[in-house]
Amino acid sequence: MSSVTDVKDKSPLANLGDSGAYQKLLAFASLIALLIGFSIASPNFMQTSNMIAILQATSVNGVLAVAATLVIITGGIDLSVGTLMTFCAVIAGVALTYLGLPLLFGVIAAIAAGAFCGLCSGTFVAKMKIPPFIATLGMMLILKGLSLVISGTRPIYFNDTPGFDQISRGSLIGEVIPALPIPNGVLILFLVAISASYILSRTVLGRYTFALGSNEEAVRLSGVNTDAWKMRIYALAGGICGIGGILIASRLNSAQPALGLGYELEAIAAVVIGGTSLSGGRGTILGTLIGALIMAVLTNGLRVLSVAQEWQTVVTGAIIILAVYADMVRRKKSG
Amino acid sequence: MSKLVEMTGIEKYFPGVHALKNVQFDIASGEVHALMGENGAGKSTLMKILSGIYQRDGGELIIGGQSVSPTTPGEAQDLGIGIIHQELSLMNDLTAAQNIFIGREPRRKFGRLDEAMLNAKTAEIFGSMNLNLDPKVLVGSLTIAKQQMIEIAKALSFRSNVLIMDEPTAALNDAEIAELFAIIRRLKSEGVGIVYISHKMDELKQIADRVTVMRDGEYVGTVDAVETPINKIIAMMVGREVNEKPLEVPNLGDAEVSLKVSGLCRGKDIQDVSFTVQRGEILGFAGLMGAGRTEVARAIFGADPKDAGKIEVHGRQVAIQSPSDAVKAGIGYLSEDRKHFGLATGMNVRDNIALSSMDLFSTGRGVLNEDKMAETAKLFIRKLGIRTPSDTQEVRLLSGGNQQKVVIAKWLLRDCDILIFDEPTRGIDVGAKSEIYKLLEELAAEGKTIIVISSELPEIMRLSHRIAVMCEGRLTGILPGGKETTQEDIMQLATQREAAMRVAETVQ
Repeated sequence: MSSVTDVKDKSPLANLGDSGAYQKLLAFASLIALLIGFSIASPNFMQTSNMIAILQATSVNGVLAVAATLVIITGGIDLSVGTLMTFCAVIAGVALTYLGLPLLFGVIAAIAAGAFCGLCSGTFVAKMKIPPFIATLGMMLILKGLSLVISGTRPIYFNDTPGFDQISRGSLIGEVIPALPIPNGVLILFLVAISASYILSRTVLGRYTFALGSNEEAVRLSGVNTDAWKMRIYALAGGICGIGGILIASRLNSAQPALGLGYELEAIAAVVIGGTSLSGGRGTILGTLIGALIMAVLTNGLRVLSVAQEWQTVVTGAIIILAVYADMVRRKKSG
Repeated sequence: MSKLVEMTGIEKYFPGVHALKNVQFDIASGEVHALMGENGAGKSTLMKILSGIYQRDGGELIIGGQSVSPTTPGEAQDLGIGIIHQELSLMNDLTAAQNIFIGREPRRKFGRLDEAMLNAKTAEIFGSMNLNLDPKVLVGSLTIAKQQMIEIAKALSFRSNVLIMDEPTAALNDAEIAELFAIIRRLKSEGVGIVYISHKMDELKQIADRVTVMRDGEYVGTVDAVETPINKIIAMMVGREVNEKPLEVPNLGDAEVSLKVSGLCRGKDIQDVSFTVQRGEILGFAGLMGAGRTEVARAIFGADPKDAGKIEVHGRQVAIQSPSDAVKAGIGYLSEDRKHFGLATGMNVRDNIALSSMDLFSTGRGVLNEDKMAETAKLFIRKLGIRTPSDTQEVRLLSGGNQQKVVIAKWLLRDCDILIFDEPTRGIDVGAKSEIYKLLEELAAEGKTIIVISSELPEIMRLSHRIAVMCEGRLTGILPGGKETTQEDIMQLATQREAAMRVAETVQ
């Protein structure tokens, strides 16, 4: 037995934070390969403005993917991240445009709405024992409907709230380093990612997130109040979707109530490409970020090469299958 | 007797591991050949080579006089090798017949299934096994023992003349084991050679003809099963003599009653169970499979709801609705199924030890102190002698005995002083077993309160200061531990069925 364990111990997978390291490396290598490939194919690709456009495009999907990662590591799934984002944007619109509240209140309202909806999903899953797929599918439709109801099916514009569009489109970094006008939306994505990564690796909540995905019943029988922790994780994910709602509303300077469907699948795709296991217990935020970047680079690069939009979707689908297949092959090899 | 299989000089390498070193094994027609060794000794690897799951890196495999190299389980089946895995691989939602002929269903024209033929063929196999079972019964509705019979029927349907059984009795009760042994004897008389892998010494004496022992991937020797004393076989397995100390029942006098359960009820599974355990005592729970022992433990621990019953811990009544309430009251439960209910197997030793006590390692804002966790984990690794390369090793890579110690460490860290062990040595090697026993005794001597549930009577008798016996959800009696109580006394209470008791009462 000892000889077997010795060998296993040499693997870099020994540390929990590093699980999926190979996949991350693979994903990172694919990202670099894509960047090099597209720069050779088109001189317009490697422009600063285009790079920034890619990052900007990553910000919303990236934030949603971070939220989805948390839930997926518990062994669940969250299909409501897209329409929750829209719902939160609409709530921000109600607070700022309809009620005329100050900017900060709008932001807080959106995040609180997100956390509350996440808590609802969490309650359905943890207390009512509804499978996460069904619970969040229901939530997805409820939120889509509510967004349309609250907004009267019309977009809510933020023209009366000066500075709202700067949340995403402004550039604090650009003011300090004019040559690097990275939009605030990207900055926010990185802040969200770093916080989520910290929570996952350094806090009790994070440790239980992995433990739930690894073996929920064992955790429950260890005397841990698994229901309560699970609800917290869904609420946290919901709050992060609220931030996503602010980002998209700010970027469009409006809350578009019809938007949102389909975002959840792109977020889940980013999570999967980033090496997080859909069966739970394994995954990293860094992987998810790389996954989101790969999707954005791909979309952008294909557009720069004038590939039709329809084909971009086909390629994205193929990439997801390839990424997961590579992970399977890797895992089979390492036994 | 003719040799059905001969394996000589078998070598097998895995990356970085020399798993089998010059191993030999043979099976004669009409014999039960037991293969023994501690976990990791190489038994399963050897059998996987025989059944075509692994390929050997050296040596010779002769089946039916021909040198062969099966590369898939299918090829091995064609050579007459059938294997029944420890973990049953049946589809619960299909019928017995559909399971047995999965992938080889008799067909009619245009790919339509011939269900009638399927059931007839299955009935024929059941008949040859003297097994009274409807081919159309859903497998999921059967007991584990019956499911095992279906696995055997499936192996026989390939016309196997060698049958490998990997711990076939792990989940069976005594009556079911007798049933299985009857079938094994029948197969034997028909010339089938059986490889029997088991940790249970008493079974070996009953059923095996020869015993081959392996240790650390090497062949140790082959001896006669009936004539060789058990001590010698164990010594061959562990490479040293294992001396079992006789049980000393301590005089607890008027030590505090730390756990008092009264009138515990849940449906038919638990009927009015009441008992007390003292500080420093080991209370054994004996009974047949399905007697309700695990149910009682889970109800006390709050893992399952209960209909009625009062639980007092250290003289104070506690309301336990969930495992988290039980842990707060100082009760820990160690499940029989560590993989599913005891460990977060994907996580490391450190996290598993801390799993119940994360609050000890976190600041007010929930940030973990990883250094303190590591320090604590290392302390327990030393204290309990957990054999692991480091505290960051994933627990799934540890042996059963060491996994059990990790679970024990988890509860000790949580300061649980009432510990309920459900089958504490299931799937644990002979050598590691006595270590666990010693650990339980030390814990009791330190003043912990220990409840041990076990289906193995020798284990109950080896450990218990008192023995509670259950039958069909009722506590039928509590016997003193030590020499005064015999296995027969326990079995009598374990089979004291309600109907029989009523008769006895009216006679009195």
